[in-house]
Amino acid sequence: MNLLMIIRVAFRALVRNKMRASLTMLGIIIGVSAVIAMVSIGQGAQASVQAQIEGMGTNLLFVSAGAQNVGGVRSGTGDSGTNTLTVADLEAIRREVPSVSMVTPTINARTQLVVGNQNWNTSVQGVSEQFPDVRKWTVASGAFFTDADVRSSARVIVLGQTIADNLFPGADPLGESVRVMNLPFKVVGVMARKGQDPQGRDQDDTAFAPYTAVQKKLLGNTRLQVAYVSAISQDATYTAQTQIAELLRQRHKLAAGAPDDFTVRNMTDVAEAANETNNIMTMLLGSIAGVSLLVGGIGIMNIMLVSVTERTREIGIRMAIGARSSAVRRQFLIESIVLSLTGGLFGILLGIAISVTIPSLLGWPTLVSTTAIVGSVIFSAAVGIAFGYYPARKAAALDPIDALRYE
Amino acid sequence: MQATLEIKPQELELDAGLLARKEDAPPVIELEQIHKTYTMGDVEVHALRGISLTIRKGEFVAIMGTSGSGKSTTMNIIGCLDRPTRGKYILDGEDVSAMSKDERADIRSRKLGFVFQGFNLLSRTSALENVELPMLYAGIETAERHSRSREALRSVGLAGRENNHPNQLSGGQQQRVAIARSLVNRPALILADEPTGNLDSRTSIEVMEIFQKLNRERGITLVLVTHETDIAEYADRVVVFKDGRIKEDYPVEQPRDASAELKLLPDVEQEED
Repeated sequence: MNLLMIIRVAFRALVRNKMRASLTMLGIIIGVSAVIAMVSIGQGAQASVQAQIEGMGTNLLFVSAGAQNVGGVRSGTGDSGTNTLTVADLEAIRREVPSVSMVTPTINARTQLVVGNQNWNTSVQGVSEQFPDVRKWTVASGAFFTDADVRSSARVIVLGQTIADNLFPGADPLGESVRVMNLPFKVVGVMARKGQDPQGRDQDDTAFAPYTAVQKKLLGNTRLQVAYVSAISQDATYTAQTQIAELLRQRHKLAAGAPDDFTVRNMTDVAEAANETNNIMTMLLGSIAGVSLLVGGIGIMNIMLVSVTERTREIGIRMAIGARSSAVRRQFLIESIVLSLTGGLFGILLGIAISVTIPSLLGWPTLVSTTAIVGSVIFSAAVGIAFGYYPARKAAALDPIDALRYE
Repeated sequence: MQATLEIKPQELELDAGLLARKEDAPPVIELEQIHKTYTMGDVEVHALRGISLTIRKGEFVAIMGTSGSGKSTTMNIIGCLDRPTRGKYILDGEDVSAMSKDERADIRSRKLGFVFQGFNLLSRTSALENVELPMLYAGIETAERHSRSREALRSVGLAGRENNHPNQLSGGQQQRVAIARSLVNRPALILADEPTGNLDSRTSIEVMEIFQKLNRERGITLVLVTHETDIAEYADRVVVFKDGRIKEDYPVEQPRDASAELKLLPDVEQEED
């Protein structure tokens, strides 16, 4: 008896018990669709983080004051208490490191912006005129401030979209004056909308002013926390990282063996860290869903065992009229594989449907993963074999005389 | 519904020739000193104590005996469902006494047809599919399977019932489906185990009529197990078992004629359609 005929016999046996077959499949359907939906949520999150990181520029480096781990005490990078990074350091990096193309400090001042009777609590970042190029962030209207503005510590400001929307609802902010710590700053531009950063913060809720103005007029100090540095290409980022570190050690006159008093990180490292987090999340979600697949498999075994007992007479008849034990075993095994694979296919359809609906329903990005689909098909076939084997062996081991006598 | 048998003329001629010399016909079953011993705990039960029996092609043999006489055990051995502990069994020229489980399954598929007391049809499966089942295991092509099962159903008077499920058929009709199923692989031998046990007397005669026609007109060898003397009288030969041995083996001088009896019976309500 060939395989095709056994498959047909198995199908007929399942069709004879439609209700039971579909209920059994339900376990696998839920399991597979859960795995696919969970993995696509995880992959969607990963893809959106990846896109945001790439949007920031892959040749981006961060230089911050303080070291990540110095005796485990001064843990904060960019700690406002550290004075180890200066504007002169940045100028030296821009001038002396050949693999660096652009540099901008970011000096953060959390403050209130006031226009007339409107006010808005936000962060004003002191940056250089190269900021839009370094962060690959364009200006939507007006223009970013210039090199001259930075040198003259001009009181000019470029607003993020969120601030513009809140301080100038329905009006054009260009040329208007915004009071920052009671000092008037002239709005010269509005940044393009950027959306959330990988940590979920609204990047458009930020205003930018020349770092010189922020240091002198708002904060009254020359501390620098973080600087963004652009390498000439993505390949040059690691070279730039070492060269910056060498230069800063030299400038800070650190003895050989002394720990760095600064930190240089590149975007690739950040992306890898983010990826790792997301991978863990995806695996966690996927394996929780995988448990339901396992439960579905146990459901199949349960039904197959009931089925073998219930159909003892049928097995006896089949054996009496010439079915070999192997044909009976294969029939039951194939019944169980058909159950789990059919359930798997429906589960894939349901899983894809869920993955497609989630973004509009919950606002989470999803990405249907072919790996998850292929994996679920293989897994559900494996479930069918693993959980169908024991009942099938039990059926094949029956003695036709006893089986025929079974009531 | 009366069973109408349609036999092809050339088959009739061929088998008529065979019938003329039944004593010279080749043996289908040769049992030589068959012993069967079961071990139940520490006790040995001798179910068969040396059975020797030859059944030739074209014979219609009834096996009788009380329960415990060994007739069921003999039936299981003849049907290749069980193996003798000792002795030799040659079925249609092949020694099957030492065959493995799989080999016996193949022998059952090729050479034997079974008819049971409880019909033993697959439920929720059409008559046609039930009849096809043995051919499925014999690896016969789809087209031939269909034509052969239709033909078999017609020959037991069930044309037009192909798509009915067992629960839509009367007991007599179900037994006829089972007979069609036993025929379809053209076996050397059909074994019927109490085939009328679950049927009323009229339906029993109808079933016996089919068996007699299959035997007389198509020369099919039949072994019938029964405990009812009047059913055994439809056969040509009766073998009586007692205590694991053959007690009597005699030819029936004047076998009952099912067709003639049916004609004499009052034309009662036909089996509902």
